[in-house]
Amino acid sequence: MDFLFQPWHWFVSGFLIALTMLILLLMGKRFGMSSNLRTFCAACGAGKASAFFRFDWKSDQWNLLVVFGAMLGGFVASHYLSAAEMPAISEATKASLSSIQVSVDNKYLPVELFSISALSDIKTIVILVIGGLSVGFGARYAGGCTSGHAISGLSNLQLPSLIAVIGFFIGGLVMVHLLFPLIF
Amino acid sequence: MMKQILFILIGFFFGIIMFKSEAASWFRIYEMFRFEAFHMYGIIGTALAFGILFVQIIKRYKIKSFDGNEIKIAPKDKSFSRYMYGGIIFGLGWALVGACPGPIFVLIGAGYLPIIIVFLSAALGTFLYGVVKDKLPH
Repeated sequence: MDFLFQPWHWFVSGFLIALTMLILLLMGKRFGMSSNLRTFCAACGAGKASAFFRFDWKSDQWNLLVVFGAMLGGFVASHYLSAAEMPAISEATKASLSSIQVSVDNKYLPVELFSISALSDIKTIVILVIGGLSVGFGARYAGGCTSGHAISGLSNLQLPSLIAVIGFFIGGLVMVHLLFPLIF
Repeated sequence: MMKQILFILIGFFFGIIMFKSEAASWFRIYEMFRFEAFHMYGIIGTALAFGILFVQIIKRYKIKSFDGNEIKIAPKDKSFSRYMYGGIIFGLGWALVGACPGPIFVLIGAGYLPIIIVFLSAALGTFLYGVVKDKLPH
């Protein structure tokens, strides 16, 4: 049982992600998490503002159930299957953290951004809002996120997904290497 | 009802995988974009290798879904700009908050309340896309 409490090896994790996709395919569904954001907007009545949200969102309820399950999984994994410790990232990455004001003695998520006390700084809130906005806007513009493009789409050898994943990396590299020094 | 429970169970295991693989940790995403560890590339690479294998098996043996229907993966529309521009915008946000849509839900469940701000902003971002989409290059 001890292996359950350790962080899981990348091979085990990668295999299980592919298995998740396979089971959803066998259930006649597609693996994609960001569609839920559109379903959420539609359920909140966004159809009044744009035809993009006028679709039969009730037929996507299965995906909301998957997300509900994912929240339960997150609860169980963080409370009962781990101590929610800081991941054992490489020494080089650790050494770079001080340049962006993040402590090396940390938690699963950096407390500088994701603790309640960090929210007293307006800058933290602005970072979380801008990050969330670009994730939501970009995922829908690109027609999918990491699960839909990097896993499902590339598994089906789709060129659009390869373009999207290259885009994900251009954006991520620009953020971490060019913008982080300006933001933090 | 049975099917509903199955979807919740799939999500439940997916949530545990995301958290335990550390793919839901901001630190691992930051490390990935600095190319300083193999961890995230190992996860995505393994998922992809098995994913390609599973999809090829489904296609070659014309495997049907549990309810007896053909499994069809609709090809995405041909375009460059929407995938590239959308991808870059997504990547900027992914690196900044260290969470893509799947982990956003997993982390809310794990009890990180500030992630709720990320979730609501992501929903707002999706809404804004729906409002301006006809004015964007696709």
